[in-house]
Amino acid sequence: MGIVTRGFGGRRPDPGRPLPPGQFLTQDFPVLSAGPTPDVEVDRWELVVTTEHGHVRRWSWGELMATPAEDVVTDIHCVTRWSKHDTRWRGVSVDVLLGDVETTGEFVLVHSYGGYTTNLPLADLLDGQAWIAFEYEGEPLEPVHGGPARLLVPHLYFWKSAKWVRGFEIHDVDEPGFWETYGYHGYGDPWLEQRYA
Amino acid sequence: MATHDPAALDGNALAGQLAFLGSPDVTSLVLRCATCGRTDVVARVRAYVTAMGSVARCVACDAVLVVAVEQPGGTLVAMPGASWVARS
Amino acid sequence: MSASSQWHVATVVDAPRITRTARAVTLSVPGFSGALAGQHVDLRLTAADGYQAVRSYSLTAVGADERVDVLVDRVPGGEVSTYLVDDLRVGDQMEVRGPLGGYFVWRPDDAGAVLLVAGGSGLAPLLAMLRARRKIGSTAPFRLVYSVRTPDDVFFPDELDGGASDVEVALVFTRTTPARWPRPAARLGKDDLVAPGFDAADGPTVFVCGSTGFVETVAGLVTELGHDPARVRTERFGGA
Ligand SMILES: Cc1cc2nc3c(=O)[nH]c(=O)nc-3n(C[C@H](O)[C@H](O)[C@H](O)COP(=O)(O)OP(=O)(O)OC[C@H]3O[C@@H](n4cnc5c(N)ncnc54)[C@H](O)[C@@H]3O)c2cc1C
Ligand SMILES: [Zn+2]
Repeated sequence: MGIVTRGFGGRRPDPGRPLPPGQFLTQDFPVLSAGPTPDVEVDRWELVVTTEHGHVRRWSWGELMATPAEDVVTDIHCVTRWSKHDTRWRGVSVDVLLGDVETTGEFVLVHSYGGYTTNLPLADLLDGQAWIAFEYEGEPLEPVHGGPARLLVPHLYFWKSAKWVRGFEIHDVDEPGFWETYGYHGYGDPWLEQRYA
Repeated sequence: MATHDPAALDGNALAGQLAFLGSPDVTSLVLRCATCGRTDVVARVRAYVTAMGSVARCVACDAVLVVAVEQPGGTLVAMPGASWVARS
Repeated sequence: MSASSQWHVATVVDAPRITRTARAVTLSVPGFSGALAGQHVDLRLTAADGYQAVRSYSLTAVGADERVDVLVDRVPGGEVSTYLVDDLRVGDQMEVRGPLGGYFVWRPDDAGAVLLVAGGSGLAPLLAMLRARRKIGSTAPFRLVYSVRTPDDVFFPDELDGGASDVEVALVFTRTTPARWPRPAARLGKDDLVAPGFDAADGPTVFVCGSTGFVETVAGLVTELGHDPARVRTERFGGA
């Protein structure tokens, strides 16, 4: 290896339990901003699910709030190498939101307010693996962290957990999202270290 | 639109990641936004530098003009929202 | 590949603390040359386990090849700045890419008036301009408006002392002032940016540097004062 900067990174906390390869534990919640933080008001917020046949199902903020929510405690792993243990969220399971949507499509392109997109298999949004999260550590989710609501898919690298989520487009084919277009992995399993395509 | 945006830098901050493109000073190249037509030097666009990659956006309409990703295997630069780049 | 796109090995040769929160770091960098006042470098730090982080720092002096001078102010909780300010030692190594950026620069052959506006560590590239001007004996009119929280936060006070040069330096204290200071502690406002020879009608080049919040505020003020936006050059360091 080349140059090592003595002492740099030396203050990292001990993870105590296994982390995905190449990850380091952090106590902070770093913000990764690829654009301005959109100002999304909840009375204009909606989540739009579009199927491969063009069928549309909309959820307003009021409807989301009227849907039973769950408390979720999970580890999160950012592709920029930080991981955070035992983060506490509250949100609505994506199973509930997609329960009555008729589709045979296998892939989802997630859209956000502000224009961000990310892709993942539909199966990874189901079976208790993903939520529309609107609380973090007992407080309403802050705009810089994706508030009013973000996708939470903690078993994949955190860029898949789109901030400011506004919709799911279900497709028969996998279409790359924003970072995936520029070389990041189409799936992004942290335990397999799928950072780049 | 964002009311406060502490993450925003000037396009000048991208000089290091774009240096490999080889022009004597990449940030003095002129870009045209394909969305709104604004034309200005790279140094004056709005830049977001993150550990995943850097994104340059149009100051007028927020369109993504340049994306640069440095990976172990090399650097990738895309100009998804620019209609052209010129050296003046 | 141009030299500025390559990573050069850098060794710390000097790193004095200059305020409670900041250090001036000098690196010896074989292969580094040709910097202009206002340019920056990218520093790459590599931990023993291979983890890397890259951050930009402005050059505070130019003209000596193979040598990089920067000034690092600690951002609370910041990953790289806390290391550089609190842990770095002479002899430590890192990598440097640069010199970088040909836009936020002052060129010695420019005889026009220059208004420099710095917030905190935003002084760094403007210091390089002041030093370059002095070194070549330029008579271009320069004025520095420098906003800091308290008297203890002023970087290089002796060097900036108005009596020591022909550059007018206006210190703006935002929290506490020295005793009997004529201007009460307050955020930088339009009045602080007005001075004969450096007003919009005089058409100075305006360089504004500091945190993103500071730069946005000042850029707004100078535009309201009628300065031509094309003559206003900004360098945002990030942060509110
Ligand atoms: C072109 C350019 C030149 C720069 N020159 C200098 C320089 O000469 N001296 C210098 O000290 N810094 C300079 N910076 C800022 C520097 O690159 C780092 O951003 C800064 O040191 C913080 O890094 P960090 O790793 O400690 O913080 P990080 O861990 O990266 O960030 C921690 C948090 O602090 C915020 N933050 C980042 N910078 C600032 C800031 N300046 N003020 C307040 N909050 C901030 C971030 O938004 C983030 O939320 C420059 C930046 C750019 C783009
Ligand atoms: Zn535009």
